[in-house]
Amino acid sequence: MSATEKPAGGRRAEAGRRTGRTGGARRTATRTGQYTALLAYLLFLAFPFLWLLSTAFKPPRELGSLHPTWIPKAPTLENFRLAFEQQPLLAAAGNSLLAAAVSALVAIALATPMAYVLARYRSRLSRAATGWVVVSQAFPLVLVIIPLFLILKGLHLVDSRTGLIMVYVVWSLPFALWMLTGYVRSVPPELEEAAAVDGAGRVRTLVSVTAPLLAPGIAATALFAFITAWNEFFFALVLLKTPEKQTLPVVLTHFIGTEGVADLGPLAAAALLATLPSLLLFAVIQRRITGGMLAGAVKS
Amino acid sequence: MTLTSAPRRSVPAVSRATGVRRDHGAWFLVLPALIPILVLSLGPLLYGIGLAFTDAQSGRSQATGFVGLLNFSDLFQDTLFWDSFRIGLVWAFGVTVPQFFLALGLALLLNLDLRLRWLARALAIIPWAMPEVVVGIMWRLVYHPDAGVLNETLRDLGLSGADGRDWLSGLATALPAVVLVGVWAGMPQTTVTLLAGLQNVPRELHEAAAMDGAGAWRRFRAVTWPALRPVALAVTALNFIWNFNSFALVFVLTDGGPGGRTRLPMLFAYEEAFRYGQFGYAATMGLAMVAVISVLLALYLVGRLKGDDER
Repeated sequence: MSATEKPAGGRRAEAGRRTGRTGGARRTATRTGQYTALLAYLLFLAFPFLWLLSTAFKPPRELGSLHPTWIPKAPTLENFRLAFEQQPLLAAAGNSLLAAAVSALVAIALATPMAYVLARYRSRLSRAATGWVVVSQAFPLVLVIIPLFLILKGLHLVDSRTGLIMVYVVWSLPFALWMLTGYVRSVPPELEEAAAVDGAGRVRTLVSVTAPLLAPGIAATALFAFITAWNEFFFALVLLKTPEKQTLPVVLTHFIGTEGVADLGPLAAAALLATLPSLLLFAVIQRRITGGMLAGAVKS
Repeated sequence: MTLTSAPRRSVPAVSRATGVRRDHGAWFLVLPALIPILVLSLGPLLYGIGLAFTDAQSGRSQATGFVGLLNFSDLFQDTLFWDSFRIGLVWAFGVTVPQFFLALGLALLLNLDLRLRWLARALAIIPWAMPEVVVGIMWRLVYHPDAGVLNETLRDLGLSGADGRDWLSGLATALPAVVLVGVWAGMPQTTVTLLAGLQNVPRELHEAAAMDGAGAWRRFRAVTWPALRPVALAVTALNFIWNFNSFALVFVLTDGGPGGRTRLPMLFAYEEAFRYGQFGYAATMGLAMVAVISVLLALYLVGRLKGDDER
């Protein structure tokens, strides 16, 4: 068994050998304990999602059964059809897509130049910006949404997609700045200086040296901004009143409330569909996001 | 010139190299983001603080007037709000603390050479990427009194009778039930952050300590924890803020019910502002929340940093 272990385990095996046979037995016990704990974690993380899946594919008769089962006996897609019938899911998804895509693109376009400056110049401005990033996290949204609501009302942008997009842009700026600043820092300034020495102009340096190196980070940040806007609920709830303009999370809450047992199927189906885009995109960028957050945090 | 004289990656050297012209360029680069921040973030924040001292209401014909500290004295006597505040603190601590310890445990496990690590990493994405509304809906299905898996499992284990509990509507069970959802929803993000912090722990130190016969607990105390501390500190502080200010999860799960048992301060303030139109008063509530968070965080951080010095 120890032969198949990875290097770290091998080193631990050496330490175990020094303490003799009891050490080996204890090590096996430790491993068993570790796997048991890991399994418990996996179950805890997975079971609500598995139940959502299970519910989404159950016919009404099984949903009403006294003893619900994990695996549907007669799996059906009926719930998905019903979900689209009961609520305007397609239109809502369209609204969500528009708001998330536009706000992510605008936020990135605004944040990238500023992040560049914040990363390259250590000035009062960059300290103030870092301070704002932190403070903006600490303030409860009520304190922000009431004045925003009044301001947008004055501009006739309440119950408007434009108003929501504006709010999303500003709302995603702090973490976009945070992450992008980290990515810019990871591009050595020497590269830019070398390009400048070789006679490349400022713009040319940025476009042909810095931008290509930043591209993966920018893409990851944009996708993250997209996901957060796609998932966002509070602002959409407050700012959009007309049902035709509402985004997916708000429309999903219309399923909730007086639901009978039979309505749980369509509810689960709709919730599942609303999650898929976020899950897929997030799977793509997860590693990069974690790296970016820490990169932003390390040297601020 | 700078390349030879400046130490590596020294930022002042970069700006010196390119001089004043670059500084104008810098403003040009900063303004596109700075203007929306000032107009739609910092501005509203200050406006919101100002509103707390007014009688602003929705749909009123008279102009909004300055009322001084009236809202604050009203707030002091508003027992409903303080109840909600107490619930908010129970929720924030009840979620943040288990979240941290569970995440730490999982991060330590994932840092070992175990099989199935990939599965845990993949599963951790689910709660993190899911819309909060969907998390709420999903757990409503789990807690559902008739069709929920929780009651069914308890029945199977012989732990409850034929008629299951209604977890989210029970006066005693509602708050613990939503706290559990909060822990579940926030755990992956904390885990991944702590895991990244763990990778900075010097492996050689660990091995040296193991050679010297230090047990797992001693190695954790002496090697892992000191390296992980800053990350742990930041992540718990941020989690506390996020949890205290959270809204969507509980809005979907219980909407503050039953009988206000899960009415977090955010839900209370939301109702005050957008159901009853009391903008000024709701802003005062927001300020009270900020004040309490700031004080708690300051105490926490100062206490922790002091702990650092004493060691």
